[in-house]
Amino acid sequence: MDRFVWSSGLLELEETLVIQQRGVRVYDGEEKVRFDSGVLLLSTHRLIWRDQKNHERCIAIPLSQIVFIEEQAAGIGKSAKIVVHLHPASSNKEPGPFQSSKYSYIKLSFKEHGQIEFYRRLSEEITQRRWENMPAAQTMQVNKSAQAGRIRAVGIVGIERKLEEKRKETDKNISEAFEDLSKLMDKAKEMVELSKSIANKIKEKQGDITEDETVRFKSYLLSMGIANPVTRETYGSGTHYHMQLAKQLAGILVTPLEERGGIMSLTEVYCLVNRARGLELLSPEDLVNACKMLESLKLPIRLRIFDSGVMVIELQSHNEEEMVASALETVSEKGSLTADEFAKLVGMSVLLAKERLLLAEKMGHLCRDDSVEGLRFYPNLFMTQS
Amino acid sequence: QAKYKERGTVLAEDQLAQMSKQLDMFKTNLEEFASKHKQEIRKNPQFRVQFQDMCATIGVDPLASGKGFWSEMLGVGDFYYELGVQIVEVCLALKHRNGGLITLEELHQQVLKGRGKFAQDVSQDDLLRAIKKLKVLGNGFGIIPVGGTYLIQSVPAELNMDHTVVLQLAEKKGYVTVSEIKSSLKWETERAQQVLEHLLKEGMAWLDTQAAGDPQYWLPALFTELYSQEITPEEAKEAIP
Repeated sequence: MDRFVWSSGLLELEETLVIQQRGVRVYDGEEKVRFDSGVLLLSTHRLIWRDQKNHERCIAIPLSQIVFIEEQAAGIGKSAKIVVHLHPASSNKEPGPFQSSKYSYIKLSFKEHGQIEFYRRLSEEITQRRWENMPAAQTMQVNKSAQAGRIRAVGIVGIERKLEEKRKETDKNISEAFEDLSKLMDKAKEMVELSKSIANKIKEKQGDITEDETVRFKSYLLSMGIANPVTRETYGSGTHYHMQLAKQLAGILVTPLEERGGIMSLTEVYCLVNRARGLELLSPEDLVNACKMLESLKLPIRLRIFDSGVMVIELQSHNEEEMVASALETVSEKGSLTADEFAKLVGMSVLLAKERLLLAEKMGHLCRDDSVEGLRFYPNLFMTQS
Repeated sequence: QAKYKERGTVLAEDQLAQMSKQLDMFKTNLEEFASKHKQEIRKNPQFRVQFQDMCATIGVDPLASGKGFWSEMLGVGDFYYELGVQIVEVCLALKHRNGGLITLEELHQQVLKGRGKFAQDVSQDDLLRAIKKLKVLGNGFGIIPVGGTYLIQSVPAELNMDHTVVLQLAEKKGYVTVSEIKSSLKWETERAQQVLEHLLKEGMAWLDTQAAGDPQYWLPALFTELYSQEITPEEAKEAIP
């Protein structure tokens, strides 16, 4: 920690911000020091740490001070860390939080995650050494590599060897994984080819393939994640799975729909259902494909797609056109309303409030006033006062 | 004629049976792969990227369905679908401030904050893939490339090429003026004004008429954490002229 200097945290002229991350604690070697909770900034020239509670308290270290970095995986109760091994501080260094330290490395602990991206960017910056091409103002300490070479500590060689071994081990694991992945993909490719040839057969023999076989085929495609090449769609991309899912959804969604005035956006449904499941979540496509089957299965809920492309689930008993009549009343009472205002009054999401007002406009009950202040709706007096 | 018809049906039936058998074999291969490398996918974002790219190359979408083999055995599905939920929630929470436009960086930060200490770390590539899947829900999710990164749109507002190109111009300083648009893009005043007014209306841009020179159109989505404060919906409304 004795390599750090006090800093204003303001970037110099030639210095650019690369990435920043909140929730980072700095350790002096293995020891916790009073640098608990800060924003860590990586620039082309430096690593800067600013205290989140006291923005004036800010320390920095030039990237040239770094020998190499290592990742330390997260553990139970422990955040992931980056270990930064440093050259010794230069003798004419500006003042910093520590005069001396028994460690030649620091640790950065990512309590709010973000270590993956940060590590990637930091490695890039250390490799590219952009600070050498863009010398920044005099106030920064640039460590000359010659000087560093002379004072290089013996312990670092041992660490480097360990790192090299670990790298080789990791490389071996990775390359084995990639090899296995390639072999797997080759087999998957065979499945894709086979499905294409079956799809062609089905296209040619339209009418000779039973409904049942088509459904079977679709379920095979679903398992593999292959897009359905057959255009003949009775149930959309539906399979038995989606039919079952549709029935399930009808069961789960009736109560939430009743609580929300009979209508919910598909995005809300996606979040609601997946939050409830916890595991074995639905993909967005699963949800859409299941919802497309609701109508034909005569279930108590249905899918509706507005002109804007917004998709909603409604109770069968819900009649949006009737809701328009009450919307008109509300707007008339207030003189005029924006989607935001209407949403707040009625207790709906802004997205659905806007769709209702647009529908009312489409039906001729409301007029719009479109200005930079927003989209405002008025009762359509052209209709009512002739 | 009837004989030929029969034959046709038999051929397809044969192939379906073959596919069913091969599927079972593939499932076994995948199970084996999963037992050795499932952790790799979970922990290594580069491996995830490689995996996704290879799937795309051969024409397979491992995220199409939670019922697919990939999702069931490798667990990739749950990872991305849950991420989708978190992305939707963050965008909804910040919509009053940025009109439904957010940088990938800020989205990344906020999602990480929401996931908490003990959750798996996610990369920006993971976020982009989850967002691509969310599009199918018809909620207006979009990905707009600007200056080396991306703006994520989460409302069904129409943003055509004119709007996108102005957003890209604004990315450098966080704001843009009519004269800048005219000189950089060689547009007429009206075209520039139309685009800016649309962004204002959607709440994606804020107007600063007190700036020296031309009025400045700022994009709250581009304010960095260092320079912005938490702002309530009421304050946001007052800020718009």
